[in-house]
Amino acid sequence: MYWDKKGYSFRNFPPGVLPGTDEITGRKLLYDKEDLTENRSLGRKKRDIPNVSSYCFNELHMFLRIKSCASHFKKSTFRGFTSTTYRLHEKTSNHEAETHFGFKSVPESMKETLVGQVFSNVASKYDVMNDAMSLGIHRLWKDHFIRAMAPGPGTKLLDVAGGTGDIAMRFLNYCKEIHGDNSAQVTLLDINPHMLNVGKKRFSMTPYEKTSQVTFEVGNAEDLSSIPSNSYDAYTISFGIRNCTRIDRVLDEAYRVLRPGGRFMCLEFGNVQNPAIAPLYKMYSFQIIPVIGQLVAADRDSYQYLVESIQQFPSQDRFAEMVKNAGFTVVGDGWENLTFGIAAIHSGFKL
Amino acid sequence: MICSPIYPLRAAAGSHFLRRCMSTNAPITKLQKNLLAVSSAFGAFFDPSRQDMIATLGETTGSIFLSRLRDDMLRDPVGRRILKERPVVNSKTIDITYLRSLPEGAFGKEYTKFLDMEKVTPDSRVKVQFIYDEELAYVMQRYRESHDFFHTLTNLPTNIEGELALKWFELVQTGLPMTFLSSMFGPLLLPSKERTRLFCKYVPWAIQCGSQSKLLMNVYYEECWNRNIDEMRKELGLYLLT
Repeated sequence: MYWDKKGYSFRNFPPGVLPGTDEITGRKLLYDKEDLTENRSLGRKKRDIPNVSSYCFNELHMFLRIKSCASHFKKSTFRGFTSTTYRLHEKTSNHEAETHFGFKSVPESMKETLVGQVFSNVASKYDVMNDAMSLGIHRLWKDHFIRAMAPGPGTKLLDVAGGTGDIAMRFLNYCKEIHGDNSAQVTLLDINPHMLNVGKKRFSMTPYEKTSQVTFEVGNAEDLSSIPSNSYDAYTISFGIRNCTRIDRVLDEAYRVLRPGGRFMCLEFGNVQNPAIAPLYKMYSFQIIPVIGQLVAADRDSYQYLVESIQQFPSQDRFAEMVKNAGFTVVGDGWENLTFGIAAIHSGFKL
Repeated sequence: MICSPIYPLRAAAGSHFLRRCMSTNAPITKLQKNLLAVSSAFGAFFDPSRQDMIATLGETTGSIFLSRLRDDMLRDPVGRRILKERPVVNSKTIDITYLRSLPEGAFGKEYTKFLDMEKVTPDSRVKVQFIYDEELAYVMQRYRESHDFFHTLTNLPTNIEGELALKWFELVQTGLPMTFLSSMFGPLLLPSKERTRLFCKYVPWAIQCGSQSKLLMNVYYEECWNRNIDEMRKELGLYLLT
């Protein structure tokens, strides 16, 4: 076991087991398991403990338990160790239902607040960051999404987690340009008022401000009780569903508000299966995107959450299962990969 | 699903828990650190008003120089006390109304005069994000927070010239790479007349004064509010630019 010169990272050993020394002051250090992360490096050195023998004994005991558990794990990578470590801890923590927030585990009731904070922080730079992170490709995805939807004239769309209004804008433009139609309606719904304000500002610079084609509403995708059942022709949720606490509830509400024959469409990040692209994509997401977030939006934490939440979201086939379970009829696989699976369009019909 | 680590956080009340949940546990990797250092250097150069770029540059390039600064603080008894007690400078810990009520010539009074003139508050400093040693993170935070105190003591204005002069001063005192980069490339932002003036007047002063005065990081500013500022300057070995 050794600590590298900076004292930041370690190699090959489960954390918190053996003490190291701070190179500069020569003090013995131990660190807290809670600060470990996906990146295989040390979070924070928490304690200076002069007499480490008793602490070490406890840690050694834990280490031996971990080692015996590790053999049950198929993956004996570093990640496997930490997962076991924390499974052992989870039993003793409080019993409120927990969900993931990126790679952290938080009580379910808190996730909404945390996600709200993230989006309030990024709202002003959201569009700029989207362009920077995806190198403008998100525009192509959204264009393709609307063309795949191919709305007819007079469609009523509920754009949930619409935020800054990319999808709503494209929907109205499509109806106007392809059908010459000015009767399409879109309700832009978002749980975060800051994002909605950015959307309002964007729409105020378009001709749609004068017409009554777009309405803005603050609402929670999991609880659309203000919206009557069977009232919309199409429902879209674009890059929003992975931030919801209970995806099944979102899908149930989507099913309820759509009229029979209505279409549910979801644009979301997915798993990249291509073995050549997957490691490059992973490296790009975890190394480059938080750096761009720090440079452009001065907020690395929110973009770290973003890339972690992409990892936590179910894969395309699992999500298609969830869509089917909500009652939607799915054609074929139910999903279409975009850009090697970096994004995917899911579609279901209420029949 | 991939076996990704899920670790429970200690249940703590209120906004502290929220803030802890919000800030990611993932430390930056070497690649990210290098990328950030280079890009924040360019960012800070092309947009000097972005405090967070300068802050990021300082944190990512700190490395051994920050440890040296910490060791310099450890060599002085007051510096040791600062490192032990870790006082923080923000609007909650500083009673600005009391400082305003102090007599003219007191350090606290001069400080509030500076804050009012430049229309800044003690809260305007970016938090340290990328330094993972507690003590070094505190040294960096203290360095940032003391910047306003340096302005008060050296009586330099906060225009680009004054800031660059102060950066040269800090370069001589602390030796941090961020100060070095700002000192080298910052003058390029000045028009040529100001630049010559900087190098003829301010920089020689900064180098001379910086090397002869005591390390300003070792001053416990929170205990000096009542003291006469000229007396403080004499004690520290500072002399003002004429």
